[in-house]
Amino acid sequence: MASSATMMAGGPRLQEQHTITVLVDNKPGVLARVSGLFARRGYNIESLTVSITENPEVSRMTIVVGGDMDTLEQITKQLHKLIDTLKVVDYLDIPMLERELALIKVSADPGQRAELMQLVEIFRGRVIDVAEKTFVVEVTGSGEKIDSFEKQMEAFGVRELVRTGRIAMMRGPRTV
Amino acid sequence: MGKIKTTGAKALLECLRREGVDTIFGYPGGAVIPLYDELFHCEFIKHILVRHEQGAGHMAEGFAHATGKVGVCLATSGPGATNLVTPIADAMMDSIPMVAITGQVRTEVIGKDAFQEADITGITMPITKHNWLVKDVNDLPRVVHEAFHIARSGRPGPVLVDVPVDVSRAIIEYDPDEAQKVKIKSFKSDFKVHPMQVKRAAELIAEAKKPVLYVGGGAKASGAHDEILTLAERVGIPVTTTLHGLGTFPEDHALSLGMLGMHGTAYANHAVHNCDLLIAVGARFDDRVTGKVSAFAANAKIIHIDIDPGEINKVKRADVSIVGDCRAAVTELLGLVQPRTDLAAWQAETGVWKTDFPLEAPNGDEDGQMHSEHVIREIARLTDRKTVVTTDVGQHQMWAAQHFGMRSPRQFITSGGAGTMGFGLPAAIGAQIGLPDAQVWCISGDGSIQMCSQELMTARVYGLPIKIAILNNQFLGMVRQWQEMFWQKHYSHVNLEQAPDFVKLAEAYDCVGLRCEKVEDIESTVARALEITDRPVVIDFRVAKETNVYPMIPSGQTIHDMVTTKPVKMEQETANAFPVSPSVVAEGMVLDAEAENADQRLPRAGEVVDVAR
Repeated sequence: MASSATMMAGGPRLQEQHTITVLVDNKPGVLARVSGLFARRGYNIESLTVSITENPEVSRMTIVVGGDMDTLEQITKQLHKLIDTLKVVDYLDIPMLERELALIKVSADPGQRAELMQLVEIFRGRVIDVAEKTFVVEVTGSGEKIDSFEKQMEAFGVRELVRTGRIAMMRGPRTV
Repeated sequence: MGKIKTTGAKALLECLRREGVDTIFGYPGGAVIPLYDELFHCEFIKHILVRHEQGAGHMAEGFAHATGKVGVCLATSGPGATNLVTPIADAMMDSIPMVAITGQVRTEVIGKDAFQEADITGITMPITKHNWLVKDVNDLPRVVHEAFHIARSGRPGPVLVDVPVDVSRAIIEYDPDEAQKVKIKSFKSDFKVHPMQVKRAAELIAEAKKPVLYVGGGAKASGAHDEILTLAERVGIPVTTTLHGLGTFPEDHALSLGMLGMHGTAYANHAVHNCDLLIAVGARFDDRVTGKVSAFAANAKIIHIDIDPGEINKVKRADVSIVGDCRAAVTELLGLVQPRTDLAAWQAETGVWKTDFPLEAPNGDEDGQMHSEHVIREIARLTDRKTVVTTDVGQHQMWAAQHFGMRSPRQFITSGGAGTMGFGLPAAIGAQIGLPDAQVWCISGDGSIQMCSQELMTARVYGLPIKIAILNNQFLGMVRQWQEMFWQKHYSHVNLEQAPDFVKLAEAYDCVGLRCEKVEDIESTVARALEITDRPVVIDFRVAKETNVYPMIPSGQTIHDMVTTKPVKMEQETANAFPVSPSVVAEGMVLDAEAENADQRLPRAGEVVDVAR
């Protein structure tokens, strides 16, 4: 579900990023309506995740968008116009938690394994698969943390990387 | 009333009845035969059989434009459905309430590339407010009622309901009263006007020295014309309208500035450029209105009233925004706005622009030619003040907008946002069916009319006395104008000299065809057309070939770039207008000679040809 091309490529972030949460009806075709809206209005999606929620009739999308405040205002309003949209939150004035999960398949020669394990420990990751020449490491955290963990892994040789894209939640008792 | 047992098709028609539908425009096909079988027995719905599904869509639009009701069109699956795409897109751009019902292949073969299958919900997703593929007949009544609710609520627009053929045939047991109670928790359309914003707007209106009202299609849709008139008169605010706002404020009123924008009046554009307060009512700052956005009303504060929150700050940031129904919002404003008498200087200033830069409609005295602008003014003069005018798209459309002088709400029906050639004739049919007593004129061009001319048959079958005035300049005129002005006169593929004989074309459809070639025959030709009350009349007005729509603010530019008349160095036009002009005789003569030849197959110049039997 997720893509975060600019970050995965290790390139510079081109513009401001905003995280928005969209609650939508859990119906077929809703994802197409949302992604179609972004495509035809020329909004950039940095990442997009969709999952079910505590209410089986509602799906929750977390979308990381690129653009200035005017663009964010338009995105929010246009999302509201979709019939399937129940709620849009942009976290501009709301303290929030953001997390992302990555799986990294990294070369693990016997001589380097100790060093590798140490780094995984520092980043509070976990080795979840061990093979003759590779480890699969799971790491969660902010996008920046995963970026920097990925950078550390490059020295060993990253064979494959997958990220979930960002999910977000308000701090404290408030809910979307 | 309790549950009833019926078929999907019959339930669908019952939903239409409950939504107040008495007319639908459609074309049969395999996937909608169950629906047509019910229509065969149906007494409460008049079905208009068109000749192409695009015509059905535009008729539904014209019907909705003219009556304010939801237009309904019906087509079969696959190509029938895709032929509705253009009208649906058109209705989306112009916020026309429309319900499109399409047949679909059997549910079990959806996705298998079945015969006449098209993913019409996928195709129309970006051009509808919402759409549905109904896979379970038990959902059908609820979906149809939701469709009507969404089409007409808030900012109106098109919706599409795709009904597989087996769903139409399936048996359903349902409670029609329950199905009619629409509850869509995720759809909000009843925005209450915010009193604080109204108060701030009233304050800005009280302080403004040079206010302008900028009235768009949203004001028309909400029926705010009386309230806007009261507001304008109470404060003394000059009023300009968009293309879709035409008629919402009477153009013969002293405060009217006519249309603004690319082909708007110079005085409307000067007024907007110099105003210190722009009050946008149901208008969306379209690029054809603003030109270069940063230079548009650059020194003005902006009040933006619109029912669609998405329009606020989309193009131009508003100082005060009122989200809600235009009529409700202006009514609230009227509660706070005090009369003013101190705007005389501003009115005088706009008055000077009106005097200095009038719209010009040459009557042929100078060059002996018949000009479209003059023809349109003559039609307006010779017809009822509430005449409904539909247009196609191009030069004739802009001339109609400039020169007809709209005075009644919902009088002017045109394809604005999408700019759909072929819209005018079917829209006129839809309008005439919606308003049987109205006089309906379709002002078209020789290019546009050929895009949906098959609907002449529909108009004839139903005995509609619509008048189709073709302003025939033998060119795809607007593109030719751009090529002349911006592309070094590379007249690439805009020559339409080889055209059908429109009089004979009308005759072929058993309509009346008239031809008018001389200025002095306009009045008698229009009078002859008005005498005919049982069938359509097509009038081929042979107008000057290479004339341009002025004023013009070129795309993306500012009022300082406005072109008001053809520059003298434009040799072509000079040659045509004054054939003796020595410097350009060669070029001019070639074109004139071609025109001569083309005319030889036509009746004598000036002769009004009546081929009606």
